[in-house]
Amino acid sequence: MNNSESFQLPEVKRTPSRFRNPIGKYRLNRTSACVACGKCVEICPYEVHVARRGRVRIENAYRCVGKDCENTCIDVCPEQALSLKRNPDFEVLGDRRWPPDLLAASWHMAEFGQVPEKGLEYRIGASEGGYDKLRIAFRKSKIGSAMVDDDEMDLGVLLNRRGDNAHLARTEVPFYGGGMSYGSVSINTMLSRMKAAAALGTFCCTGEGGYPDELKPYDDHVITQVATGLFGVREETLQRVKIVEFKYAQGAKPGLGGHLLGDKVTPGVARMREAVVGYPLFSPFPFHSVYSVEDHKKHVDWIKAINPKALVSVKVSTPTDVDMVAVGSYYAGAHIIHLDGSYGGTGAAPDIAKKNIAMPIEYALPKVHKFLTEEGVRDKITVIASGGIRTPHDVAKTIALGADGVCTGTADLVALECIRCHNCESGRGCARGIASTDSELMNLIEVEWGTQRILNLFLAWRKELIRILKKLGMKSLKELVGRTDCLVHLDYMKNGSEK
Amino acid sequence: MPSKYVIHTEAVPRRFQPLIQSGIIAWEEGCLKCAVCVKKKCVYGVYDHRGLDARQMVESIDNECMNCLRCVQGCPNELIHKSINPEFMAMGDEHWSPNIIASLWAQADSGKIPVSGAGYPGPFSGPGFDAIWTDMSEIVRPTRDGIHGREYISTAIDLGKTPGHLVFEPESENVGAKNFSPLQLLDIPLPIILKVPGFGAMSEEIFRGWCEAAKRLGTLFSLSAEMSTKMPEEYGPWLLPSLSADPISKGFNKALKALPPGCRMVELCLDDDWHETVKEVMALDRKVLISAKVSMAEGMEEKAQQLVDAGVPIIHLEGDFRGRGFDDPEKFLKDGIRSVHLKLVETGVRDNVTLLASGGISMAEHVPKAIICGADGVFVDFPMLIALECRMCRRCEKGLSCPVDIQDASSEWTAGRVINLTGAWHNQLLEVMGAMGIRDARRLRGEVGRAMFFEQLDRETFESMGTVEEECELE
Repeated sequence: MNNSESFQLPEVKRTPSRFRNPIGKYRLNRTSACVACGKCVEICPYEVHVARRGRVRIENAYRCVGKDCENTCIDVCPEQALSLKRNPDFEVLGDRRWPPDLLAASWHMAEFGQVPEKGLEYRIGASEGGYDKLRIAFRKSKIGSAMVDDDEMDLGVLLNRRGDNAHLARTEVPFYGGGMSYGSVSINTMLSRMKAAAALGTFCCTGEGGYPDELKPYDDHVITQVATGLFGVREETLQRVKIVEFKYAQGAKPGLGGHLLGDKVTPGVARMREAVVGYPLFSPFPFHSVYSVEDHKKHVDWIKAINPKALVSVKVSTPTDVDMVAVGSYYAGAHIIHLDGSYGGTGAAPDIAKKNIAMPIEYALPKVHKFLTEEGVRDKITVIASGGIRTPHDVAKTIALGADGVCTGTADLVALECIRCHNCESGRGCARGIASTDSELMNLIEVEWGTQRILNLFLAWRKELIRILKKLGMKSLKELVGRTDCLVHLDYMKNGSEK
Repeated sequence: MPSKYVIHTEAVPRRFQPLIQSGIIAWEEGCLKCAVCVKKKCVYGVYDHRGLDARQMVESIDNECMNCLRCVQGCPNELIHKSINPEFMAMGDEHWSPNIIASLWAQADSGKIPVSGAGYPGPFSGPGFDAIWTDMSEIVRPTRDGIHGREYISTAIDLGKTPGHLVFEPESENVGAKNFSPLQLLDIPLPIILKVPGFGAMSEEIFRGWCEAAKRLGTLFSLSAEMSTKMPEEYGPWLLPSLSADPISKGFNKALKALPPGCRMVELCLDDDWHETVKEVMALDRKVLISAKVSMAEGMEEKAQQLVDAGVPIIHLEGDFRGRGFDDPEKFLKDGIRSVHLKLVETGVRDNVTLLASGGISMAEHVPKAIICGADGVFVDFPMLIALECRMCRRCEKGLSCPVDIQDASSEWTAGRVINLTGAWHNQLLEVMGAMGIRDARRLRGEVGRAMFFEQLDRETFESMGTVEEECELE
């Protein structure tokens, strides 16, 4: 993986929804006036209508782009047998950060490996602030100025910039999988993420619930987490990986420890975490051995003593003095500072913490980038950002705000058809089998299907990022780091006009 | 060390079926009644619980649906559909939003902190308190109160004038504060005082429930002086009667005598001509603490200042029921609190007075945020009514019947639900204080360094990203 010359990107394989009725934005109705002339079948580029045994049926309504369609089946129908309306189910999906359009667009990417052409907003959500009000500004004079083959574009991120003895790990794509513990998600979900990470030439983090044996084949792509609960942390697993991540805090619940509700502590989870079946598990906050940067250095030194080749990543959330935390982490010897903004995901957290504590990543990142630059150490440490990064445009904006790369989490789950119902924590866990350890529910996901869905999503992201970079006149992602001049915030825009 | 303050909660079931957000399941024509969805697909057993007859699958409103859409996506003929429940969305208003109401109901049911999966679902920021994020402590600035965690966080606050400093009398063993009597101070174990909401289908029974809740919580219950006299005597010490201008002007002494026995604090609602009245009141030899109400409107800072100068030890800053200024709906309670607090800080009298705030406090996070802005504590009004399943439909204001018959609720049920809600809020306050590394609610007051303000952060971060010097395409 350190030799990108030999790296081969995996291929997109169409991977449709695992449910009988995929949910789309529109519904088409066909009345009995239909004479099965087949004109709709011919004109629709999305295979919405299917002719079979002398009859025409609507089989893929979820792919209909509705009003964005140029030559509509409704217009060509000689009998006016077709009508279009919004799908009421669609409105029930998602929330302000992941509105229905963004979910459906991500499902499209997970199925086809490319961004939707029409009909869905795939670039921003509906939160009306932060990323959703930031725009990438393409200067007319730069557009089309980068004459580079897609294959030659460099989207990789070097993770070790200290030049010490640790692995010279790098990723081929500017993102890796954020921590999701065994217990909060099923082993099938974990494996899907891990296998996709391996195929994409990047990493994926185990989260704080230990290192299940099933992940062993992917050791070189695993980041193992040491969190405040120290669940499942063993010398043997720390020695097996290239990257060890200290989780000081998590964006969704800054200042609070991890939380796994009792119902999700199944025998398998309990064994892995050395805990009791059926009892809720709380990680403390903070690390009770760390009350200063000096204490923090002891932590880093501990890892370096156990596994001298390991890279150390420090995952923190975003208090007002996040810049001090970042610089402190650098001096303590960390290779990666991972900032998790306050709108990040979680398997379970108090609502009050998700909404109110610590700041969104959009504010923290420029602050840290600037501080590290002024300190003269910015090129010695890798900055990874996470906490609400949902789209390839979010990735580009994050890099422009000063990160080297990002962590994904919720996006992976959306690829597996998460609908953001927010019930990951309750009872048997996710009814859709993603964030559940229930033996019946977790088998709703097959690892092969899950892996390909995640791969497809991220291959679509990659393609879109290449398009964005080329449009900016850049040849590699590194050129975009900290380029806030490529961004415009709608509330503060002074010149120019929106497309 | 005093014993730890714990609010004991236990489940108090609702009397009515709740409204939920996506509650309608519509079966379209053509259903073969194969019952695949009904019998097998629902992970939560919703279809079983509601006793639906599988042979009669007609459109029905559902109260338990968890919105996983498995039935919608699994129906063999694509006939089951869900949509947003308009009745749910119609609840309340922009401030008392349907989601806030539903969350308060759930807290009153169980006394538990609302916990959910997946990240924050809401807008990036919002008006009022939603434009504030509280801080957390991490690595370089760990909990400044040491390593005891949240076990020893105190949420108690003082009402009244605290002594400025201690005086040591060289002749005796006494150490005390000059001119200070303990009667001048009242402490409550949490920075929340219950208050009668501005409307609601209330009965005397409900009032007794609120009294009981205040007593068991160890806090006060603010109500009109008239109503306070109708409450059972045992609740006297927990009542905070509010005297309107009229009886005060007819002789404060007389009004005081009419207060319930044991009453420890009283609030004055003053008219424009208040200077003389206050002078009179403060000169009286009395055993109750005096609080004066100041409406959030133009000139409130000066009025608060003058009241403090006149010796009033407690100021109650009141916003409207959505927490806005009475004369300016663009002004939020947080702004009002900050500006009154800062005025009192500037003139050097802030420590001589307790500042309480009310109006529109609708979620647990508003308590620490109001305190960060400069209040010592807050009044909570409508959440006490919503705990009783109120839907904020305001039919009662028009003299129409209450859809959830609040007036028929028992006092015991009322007390249980309100205690649950307050217990959940108290625990959430502890979470936020724990994350900030603050161990005493009294020290959170005015600590704006432990908060981040949207306006400031947004400008600092994005203002420079505003200029586009040549023609651009935006994406």
